[in-house]
Amino acid sequence: MDYESDLNLKATELRLGLPGRDEPENQWPPILKNNKRVSAESSESSTTKSNSIVSNAETCHRDSAPPAKVKVVGWPPIRSYRKNNISQKKLDAEAGGMYVKVSLDGAPYLRKIDLKVCKSYQNLLKALEDLFKLAIGEYSEKEGYKESDYAPTYQDKDGDWMLVGDVPWDMFTSSCKKLRIMKRSEARGLGCF
Amino acid sequence: MDSDSRRTKGTVVHSAESTRSSPFPDEVLERVLSILESRKDRSSVSLVCRDWYNAERWSRTHVFIGNCYAVSPGMVARRFPRIRSVTLKGKPRFSDFSLVPDDWGADIHCWLVVFALKYPFLEELRLKRMSVSDESLEFLSLNFLNFKALSLVSCDGFSTNGLAAIATHCKNLTELDIHENDVDDKSGSWLSCFPENFTTLEVLNFANLSNDVNFDALQRLVSRCKSLKVLKINKGISLEQLLELLVCAPQLMELGTGSFSQELMAGQNGELGSAFNNCKSLHTLSGLWDATAAYLPALFPACANLTFLNLSYATLQSGEFSKLLAHCPLLRRLWVMDTVEDKGLESIGANCPLLEELRVFPADPFDEDIHGVTEAGFVAVSYGCRRLHYVLFFCRQMTNAAVATIVQNCPDFTHFRLCIMNPGQPDYLTNEPMDEAFGSVVKTCTKLQRLSVSGLLSDLTFEYIGKYAKNLETLSVAFAGSSDWGMQCVLGGCPKLRKLEIRDCPFGNAALLSGLEKYESMRSLWMSSCKVTMNGCRHLARKMPRLNVEVMKDDLRDDSHAYKVYVYRSLAGPRTDAPPSVLTL
Repeated sequence: MDYESDLNLKATELRLGLPGRDEPENQWPPILKNNKRVSAESSESSTTKSNSIVSNAETCHRDSAPPAKVKVVGWPPIRSYRKNNISQKKLDAEAGGMYVKVSLDGAPYLRKIDLKVCKSYQNLLKALEDLFKLAIGEYSEKEGYKESDYAPTYQDKDGDWMLVGDVPWDMFTSSCKKLRIMKRSEARGLGCF
Repeated sequence: MDSDSRRTKGTVVHSAESTRSSPFPDEVLERVLSILESRKDRSSVSLVCRDWYNAERWSRTHVFIGNCYAVSPGMVARRFPRIRSVTLKGKPRFSDFSLVPDDWGADIHCWLVVFALKYPFLEELRLKRMSVSDESLEFLSLNFLNFKALSLVSCDGFSTNGLAAIATHCKNLTELDIHENDVDDKSGSWLSCFPENFTTLEVLNFANLSNDVNFDALQRLVSRCKSLKVLKINKGISLEQLLELLVCAPQLMELGTGSFSQELMAGQNGELGSAFNNCKSLHTLSGLWDATAAYLPALFPACANLTFLNLSYATLQSGEFSKLLAHCPLLRRLWVMDTVEDKGLESIGANCPLLEELRVFPADPFDEDIHGVTEAGFVAVSYGCRRLHYVLFFCRQMTNAAVATIVQNCPDFTHFRLCIMNPGQPDYLTNEPMDEAFGSVVKTCTKLQRLSVSGLLSDLTFEYIGKYAKNLETLSVAFAGSSDWGMQCVLGGCPKLRKLEIRDCPFGNAALLSGLEKYESMRSLWMSSCKVTMNGCRHLARKMPRLNVEVMKDDLRDDSHAYKVYVYRSLAGPRTDAPPSVLTL
């Protein structure tokens, strides 16, 4: 289960800046590098804004704000009893289910979805549509998800990004490590237009 | 004011003051005052005059002590000679979140020793955040022959051996309520200690305990205790066993199920449904650990009269949750996990118009990427549940606009506890601080008694609180504020403030000392990881001798920094049982 190293924490790091900027380049298939200029522009303009937000935050916090990812004692304020119950449950649930993280381009936060509960591509796509309130449409072998602005992709065991739907369901669930709903324009080269 | 003088009043020369007093004989006054239950009323009554003070103290049967160190057991016993029921609270609330050392104190034993002498007819003891040893529980069970009700919430220090002593010796027990404690669960055999001829139990809650109890013993107990109204069992008890219990006790009013996910045999699902159908008095349901969608329909017959549904340990998804809610139109209190997501919250708004209290707990509190519920769900609830007055809401994103809408829809909030889980997070749409959100809460909700704030907050939030929150009694603050001014605003406003708890805020000595005049009218102040120094605390302690100023030191930090400060008013003086890590200044 080596995919931990591919989690690319930077992509999921919480920041005060606008979402969608600074997509990491090395993670995506090379074809995405065509968009580099576009994303560089947008990231420049968003940088200035996020810098000023950070400085506002600093005025508010001085030195009492903890670094974003350090686990703070007693936070969030959940009673020890409940915390202990949750951690056990989490272990149990995740042992039984097949949870994968799902990210949506442009949304700052990830969600989790249980592939075991989905049982089929149809259910998975419906669940994704409900989760993120968007339309993905149907998959066609030749044309991918041409009816939608979005294309669901997944990262497999080898670290490659593939279009969801291109392999049989069972093969998919056994190899899918992460899901990412990409903008269709960026999903070129993954087997669709 | 000692007890003897009151009884021989007829033969003692009256002082001028008492001849001016009430024309009623003392016994009549006492009888009238004994009707009073509210402790605020009793407190007011006792201040009228000496006669009323006396009549009140003789007629009082229940005493509530919100801070066990504010007064000594002897003082309580001297003032109130006829107590049958005691409620005691010990450690500061932040001990729930591991911010207080284990050996901090709040031991019940010294109280029990005095009670055994002065209140041998004590019937009820309700403890929250106290340290309770097995020896104390055994002492309790042997020294109070008429003991009836024991409730332990968020306590620690005892094991199931102590519970065994209670079960063995308390012949008149009606209530055993073990709730969210740090118990050393050695075995489930304590339950078998109830004698076979014991029938008086009305309340039994052992959901806290994980070891299996002897099911036959439990079933026999439930069968013979015909007055049993509340039964909350633990996870180890299966659905099949629950069915057997329900058949024995259809009179139950509150039920906490065990695990709700075991495979039932053919026909048993139907039996379970009809067992629930027979529980006509059921108004509260909890437990439901590992509840799976397949078995929830068995609950539907019981849902029609439910007023309190506690699903906070059941990881339900929105689909099954919505189906369940459709059967619960009379719900007033609802606790859920955020696994139900916004869709689940929408169905709350759609199905529960009478809802007064909502608590949404996070299933994944330590995973920053996971968003259970958002502001959209909260807003949806507020449109459907206009009577909402108590909310506890954990989320990872919120906006000022959403909160403004929520309080506009529900202006009657008395308790507003919002926890945006990432410390210092701004409005995620505008990137502004969340000042206006809490501003709208305090401006609109004039009845607000309790407030917990979170997110990125400047001093402006506290200006609003100080200016508008005239009924605020409890305020919890974390990772907020810009300067001493924030805390000064709160201490300078909020006339009814009783409890102020603060962590990780940039408030220092100036802020601490601005409350000099105020702390005696409050129960307590907690400040941890702020900017207060030892000198500031010493100054406070010197100026205000009737306050106990306790500092918990942190070895890693500089000696002049006061890492954790706990300030509380006390008639009993500095405590003598503080551990070495707690300095009393």
